[in-house]
Amino acid sequence: MGALLEVRDLTTYFFTGAGVVRAVDGVSYDVREGETVALVGESGCGKTVSALSVMRLVAAPAGRIVSGQILFRGRDLLALDEEGMRRVRGREISMVFQEPMTSLNPVLSIGRQLTETVEIHLGMTPAQARGRAVELLGLVGIPDPGRRLAQYPHQFSGGMRQRIMIAMALSCNPVLILADEPTTALDVTIQAQILELMKDLSRRLGVAMLIIAHNLGVVARYADRVNVMYAGKIIERGTAREIYANPRHPYTLGLLRSVPRLDEPRKSKLDPIEGQPPDLMRLPDGCAFSPRCRYVVERCARDIPPLGAVSDGHDAACWVADRVGQEVRA
Amino acid sequence: MTPSEPFRAPASPTQSPGGGIGRGAEPPSAAILEVRNLVKHFPLGGGRVFGGMAGLVRAVDGVSFWIRKGETLGLVGESGCGKTTTGRCILQLERPTSGEVIFEGRDLTRLSPAEFRPLRRKIQVIFQDPYSSLNPRMTVGQIIAEPMAVHGIVPDRQARKARVPELLSRVGILPSLADRYPHELSGGQRQRIGVARALAMEPSLIVCDEPVSALDVSIQAQIINLLEDLQAEFHLTYLFVAHDLSVVRHISDRVAVMYLGKIVELADRQALYEDPLHPYTKALLSAVPIPDPALEATRERVVLKGEVPSALSPPSGCAFHPRCPIAVDECKRVVPELREIRPGHRAACILA
Ligand SMILES: Nc1ncnc2c1ncn2[C@@H]1O[C@H](COP(=O)(O)OP(=O)(O)OP(=O)(O)O)[C@@H](O)[C@H]1O
Ligand SMILES: Nc1ncnc2c1ncn2[C@@H]1O[C@H](COP(=O)(O)OP(=O)(O)O)[C@@H](O)[C@H]1O
Ligand code: SF4
Ligand SMILES: [Mg+2]
Ligand SMILES: [Mg+2]
Repeated sequence: MGALLEVRDLTTYFFTGAGVVRAVDGVSYDVREGETVALVGESGCGKTVSALSVMRLVAAPAGRIVSGQILFRGRDLLALDEEGMRRVRGREISMVFQEPMTSLNPVLSIGRQLTETVEIHLGMTPAQARGRAVELLGLVGIPDPGRRLAQYPHQFSGGMRQRIMIAMALSCNPVLILADEPTTALDVTIQAQILELMKDLSRRLGVAMLIIAHNLGVVARYADRVNVMYAGKIIERGTAREIYANPRHPYTLGLLRSVPRLDEPRKSKLDPIEGQPPDLMRLPDGCAFSPRCRYVVERCARDIPPLGAVSDGHDAACWVADRVGQEVRA
Repeated sequence: MTPSEPFRAPASPTQSPGGGIGRGAEPPSAAILEVRNLVKHFPLGGGRVFGGMAGLVRAVDGVSFWIRKGETLGLVGESGCGKTTTGRCILQLERPTSGEVIFEGRDLTRLSPAEFRPLRRKIQVIFQDPYSSLNPRMTVGQIIAEPMAVHGIVPDRQARKARVPELLSRVGILPSLADRYPHELSGGQRQRIGVARALAMEPSLIVCDEPVSALDVSIQAQIINLLEDLQAEFHLTYLFVAHDLSVVRHISDRVAVMYLGKIVELADRQALYEDPLHPYTKALLSAVPIPDPALEATRERVVLKGEVPSALSPPSGCAFHPRCPIAVDECKRVVPELREIRPGHRAACILA
């Protein structure tokens, strides 16, 4: 299957008074037609900025895409003018944001917000747009959609607002949805509802999805492939089954081992990753994970490990990925 | 560090329908806290009555449980089900509408402020949000020393100053950070400061309200390990409020599941996780993600329909019935009592 989105060496920095924040630092990943890809990492590692970069919505003037390519269906989005980009945004690629309340307009009815998009992008008449809005709300499981069109965002619960965000993201039949932590703010039972809904819609409508999460657990059921990010870089990527069963980067392994799991006997003690993620303004030399790493060798503090193949379709950025692999298998 | 005072065993509980403690459920004499038929209703709109039609938010609606000295009781449930309000009633930050909060043998709801004052330091709290729960204008050292001064834990100023670095090291913070302000610290560090501040009071019970929910996965395990170490060292008792069922299983000895202001299931950790009796508990467990795609591919999931109803107008009968996958007609009419189905294992479901 061909790649729909190919992000190549994307580098996005924030130039602030206090220094340069290396939010996204040479990131490459693909999303193929119809596929669900996860981008996972701790807060502040650059997940949101990498998705905003694809949409070219990084906050100017501090934030700037410094280099790289974002190929969408073969075209480099970074080469488009603002008008060309507007046609891609919301129409071919849409985004579901981390905080549904801040991304819905509080003073417009949700019906107005849904119809506006399709009137502008698809040139629908008001009557057609209303029909489409009702259809979309039904699609995301809002009961009694005709009546609820007149209501405002605050009249919906968190889970329903996230459904509305998904309806808006779907409104112009996009081929790709970037979903930034779509369920982080929700309860587990609602989280399950929303993720099942997204997976189902993606299958039925053939939409590809990039799901951003801060927790490997949440995406295990849904992702075909997983990219793990740390301090602005992708440090491991592969098929979901490979990443969870056979992690080769000490950080991925640490993330998997530090969480208590319901499917395993209870451990007497959890096994955390010590220390804390680095400040992206003052990255350590060499491997950014080295101050917290249990496998660290001398060269780690000097040279940045490249993201290289450890097996077919599985890459890791660690000088001792082989040793990590042996230990996981043992 | 915790000079555990001798305490009187709580009086034996009375039985009451709907949410009360059933037969054979006497709290052990080692109970440090017993909550009986706790009710907290908030009048809607700050108590004003509109045309005589005041709404009532039934945040906590008849909750009973006890905690043994030195154990951890996990309290789980979805957002808005009343976990925090239960904790706040125990801490006396909220005046219960009715019910009793018996701590070390005394009903806190009946104590005068003067009677309560010496007890207050013994029940501490660790909040979810390590950002807003620390005074931004105080240094880390002041944040920890101030309550010690107020409560006369360490009356001597010099001794108090010496106590701060001890406490900081105990929670894994470099004592040199005592001069920093909260905004200069990471979320995990701030949460450690919150723990140190609670410890400084030499408490016997700590209400931990979602203490790791706001933290990154890699930091959560650090804080959980710290809480467990401190519990063993100082014989602390925890009420651990959380919505992450994997974390609650790890840390709790017993677990209570709340839904719309009521406890729907309460059991030992093992019984609750391996043999849940209430359909809500079963659904919660099945919604917990497991970081294993191969396992997830074959795992059946009970996806609950709809959302948690409003605590303003809870459904009739069993409040869970509109979302319950096994509800029968009777569920709409009968409020199920929290019954002891097996020794030590209670559930509020007529079909359990
Ligand atoms: N001061 C108040 N006035 C009115 N209603 C309140 C007040 N405090 C809490 N409530 C309501 O009481 C119910 C229980 O709230 P509580 O904060 O105890 O829930 P919780 O279980 O801790 O939820 P979360 O998981 O979101 O922290 C909710 O419906 C809430 O809106
Ligand atoms: N507008 C901004 N100005 C300066 N720094 C920013 C801005 N937005 C994000 N950052 C920084 O970029 C880094 C990555 O942020 P983000 O992509 O939001 O992380 P996350 O992985 O949690 O989504 C962080 O260090 C963050 O503080
Ligand atoms: S390169 Fe070195 S420091 Fe980095 S993850 Fe691998 S072993 Fe650890
Ligand atoms: Mg983000
Ligand atoms: Mg709460």
